[in-house]
Amino acid sequence: MKKPDLLPGTLDMLILKTLSRAPLHGYGIAQSIKRVSDDVLTVEEGSLYPALQRLLLQGWVKAEWKMTETNRRARFYTLTAAGRKQLGLELSQFEQMMAAIGRVLSEPV
Amino acid sequence: MSSFTLFFNKLSFLFRRNRFRSELDEEMAFHREQSEQELIASGMPADQAHMAARRQFGNATHLREQSHSFVAFRWESVAQDLRFALRQLRHNLGFALTAIFILALGMGVSVAIFAFVDAALIEPLPYFAPNRLMDVAENSTMFTRSNLSREDYEDWKRLNHSFSSLDAYSGTGYLLRTPSGPEPVPAARVTDGFFSTLGVRPILGRDFRSGEDRPGGAKIAILSYGTWQKRFGSRNDVIGQSMTLDGDTYTIIGVLPREFAFAPRANAEFYVPLLDKSECESRRSCHNLFAVGRLRDGVSPQAALEEMKAIAAQLAVQFPGSNQGQGAAVQPLANIIIGPVKPVLLTLLVASGLLLLIASVNVASLLLVRSESRRREISVRGALGATPIRLSRQFITEGLLLAVAGCMAGVLVSKWAMTILMTLIPASVAINIPFLSHVGFHVHSALFASAVALLAAGLMAVTPILRLSFLDIRDGLGDGGRASAGRFWERIGANLVIAELSIAVVLLVGAGLLGKSFYRLLHVDLGFDPTHLATLQMAAPSKSYPKPEQKLALLREITRRLSALPGVQSVGITSDLPVQCNCDTDWIRIVGKPFHGEHNEVDERDVSPAYFATLKARLIRGRLFTEDDDASKSQKVVINEALAQKYFPGEDPIGKRIGNGNLDPKSLREVIGIVANVREGSLDEDLWPSEYEAIYFSPGNFFSIAVRTSGDEKAILPVLIKTLHGIDPNLGTYGEITMIDQINSTQSALLHRFSTWLVGGFAGIALVLGVVGLYGVVAYSVSQRTREIGVRMALGAQRSTVYKMVMRQAGWLTFAGIVIGLVCAVGASTLMDKLLFGVQAWDAATLALVAVVLASASLAASFLPAYRAASVNPTEALRAE
Repeated sequence: MKKPDLLPGTLDMLILKTLSRAPLHGYGIAQSIKRVSDDVLTVEEGSLYPALQRLLLQGWVKAEWKMTETNRRARFYTLTAAGRKQLGLELSQFEQMMAAIGRVLSEPV
Repeated sequence: MSSFTLFFNKLSFLFRRNRFRSELDEEMAFHREQSEQELIASGMPADQAHMAARRQFGNATHLREQSHSFVAFRWESVAQDLRFALRQLRHNLGFALTAIFILALGMGVSVAIFAFVDAALIEPLPYFAPNRLMDVAENSTMFTRSNLSREDYEDWKRLNHSFSSLDAYSGTGYLLRTPSGPEPVPAARVTDGFFSTLGVRPILGRDFRSGEDRPGGAKIAILSYGTWQKRFGSRNDVIGQSMTLDGDTYTIIGVLPREFAFAPRANAEFYVPLLDKSECESRRSCHNLFAVGRLRDGVSPQAALEEMKAIAAQLAVQFPGSNQGQGAAVQPLANIIIGPVKPVLLTLLVASGLLLLIASVNVASLLLVRSESRRREISVRGALGATPIRLSRQFITEGLLLAVAGCMAGVLVSKWAMTILMTLIPASVAINIPFLSHVGFHVHSALFASAVALLAAGLMAVTPILRLSFLDIRDGLGDGGRASAGRFWERIGANLVIAELSIAVVLLVGAGLLGKSFYRLLHVDLGFDPTHLATLQMAAPSKSYPKPEQKLALLREITRRLSALPGVQSVGITSDLPVQCNCDTDWIRIVGKPFHGEHNEVDERDVSPAYFATLKARLIRGRLFTEDDDASKSQKVVINEALAQKYFPGEDPIGKRIGNGNLDPKSLREVIGIVANVREGSLDEDLWPSEYEAIYFSPGNFFSIAVRTSGDEKAILPVLIKTLHGIDPNLGTYGEITMIDQINSTQSALLHRFSTWLVGGFAGIALVLGVVGLYGVVAYSVSQRTREIGVRMALGAQRSTVYKMVMRQAGWLTFAGIVIGLVCAVGASTLMDKLLFGVQAWDAATLALVAVVLASASLAASFLPAYRAASVNPTEALRAE
């Protein structure tokens, strides 16, 4: 089955939301999005990294190197206060848009 | 987030750039490993899992670039391109230096020539509103522009309504009294409004006032800036001082600005008012002035000309004896100042433009060859994730880098070329070309250089991209597309080479024609032997020699004393030396021939008895003057062949008499001899009828001396001056020069020499560039066909066949280049026919010679690659693939 493409502009929001639960490394973020969405949403895994750099630059996340459970060095990303604010902003914008789309679609034909 | 904090975040990233890269690489590697392990855990074989994890991840290089581009400043990628471009060029230093050198040469030469054109033709003359200034002169059937007589000038000034002011000038010379004895100095006599008409104000003192030029007025003078510096030490108190010119006391009233130059009398040290009428100026028929007029607002040059013509016609009716056939000539002052150099400069500009073109084409084909050899590299970079835009940007950066380096070097070359060109112009000539002092790297030349640089940059950036857009990445990787790509390049490269060769032909033909003109010019029949001839000019102060018999005695003494010098064979004295100008003319009338007041204009010279023998001019009939032909006898005249043919067709002139227009008995003289034509005018002028009268009959105060020597004529010049001052220390001597030097420094010879050498130099460079271009194409095509040649030879092809194959290609390119070039050359040469002398634009010998030169040079250039092709070892060629 062909999986639907990610809506444009939503990757940042998905990353921020995922990180709002717990700090994760890049691979963890990809796995988490896949798992939580029941394999519906898959990101082209590599494209996560440019997005993460962008979020870092904006100061919405911060990164630090830690050890994983398997004792491997990995870079963990944590949501910052600014990132939390940004997430709220993006969520409300997204909800507004979804609501609008829903109204258009539920209009009787 | 404000753009300010964003900037600082970026800045902090910039300083941790290396760490950023390594961290990114590490976490991406970690990601792939995790995926791989997961896949293995789900039962996939290890090697498949490795590949799958990579595929799933995507193009790491591309992603790294993308991440980098988020956090990087925009200029960072430019800097990166630049760094890479520099590395590329350093890696191919030979290519880079060649391209930069060729570009610098083409640009430098054309910018330097443009600087001259700018100073001469584009920059306005250094006067107020110079385009309203007109040169005003008379004209006649023999002259398109001739001097005004003083009376005509005064009538013209009074009657015209076209000019707000009309002022006259006349060259003259004085003996200036200096502490070291009298020194002849060039000067000019001008009317009172001369400087205000030009719009020039003295920097010190005052201008002439209205009415100060009238006969009987006070003797006053204005100094040129150079004279003020040289003779008066730039002192401010010079105003009001007096100086002695020809024994008369003149008061200095002003000093002209440094930038003032008046080309028609550029070397004048002093300007004095016209004042008293000379003997010539008291006659309406004697012409010795030129005029400058400033057009009134709204009056066109054409309207002014019409009015002056009407005035001239009116005067011709009023004074038929002197003014019949005398018209008017009005033209922009700029015409007569820059007129003679204009065709030379335009020709040089076109030639340097062609050189620039050939240089650009050459560099473009170099770039093509290089982009061809970089196909692999481009394909690899494309496959690794470089976008076409990024690849193009890389090539544009490299092209621009080359262009910038080439153009900067070009500016240096242009400055250097300007200095060299300046030194090619002798100082004695340079003084008459005032615009030379303005030649330099100014606004116009800077604009021109920038335009050239822009074009060069465009060319260098676009050429490889043009090439790239035709390139298929897979072709480049597989190397299988060689045949098609090779053919593509060959087609463009071949066309470029044909263009280069054609341009080279045009320049070679131009240089050949100019060279031939120059040769013809220097070998025109002079009618005398210019070798071993020393000449100088003399002024005898009129205060010391007022009477004719005193002057006669002086001339005889000079002849006697100079003839006695060791190494001197004979000494001749004349009013004007040959190869100067068709000037100092006389209107003659033949006794017994019909006459309707027409002006039979002939050159008139006064000569001593030994003059013709000294020149080694040939007597055809009759006799020459003797020591007895002085004022005690009736007046005699010797005529040249041209005069005999024109005025005595089919009859013997000896014994006939010539007089002035009204056959005044005092003017009658008897023809005693005919000499072969001596060239009185400049080398490229027609021969004029000339009459020679005895200088002993009516000696003047200014004359020239010609001395025939047995040895070195240059070495004797100072001896001559010393001897003359031994006769009388108050004699002024000037213009000492050998006849050969004098001929070589005439304007026509100089202009021809200048253009011949320069166009010749350009043509030489063009030939080398064109032939190198041809070599490049042929050598490239041979290198591309090594395998094919190997196959052919393995199949039994003879080495001679291979030679023929390569040479045929070169021959075809050369042939096309020569044919196209010759056609263009004839067209181009027709445009410069003003510079040609004694040779036609389609001169077959020159065209044939150029074709042979180019063909043999091309043959030589293509022999090397042909030889290489023929010595291909078939086994190696086949194994190489």
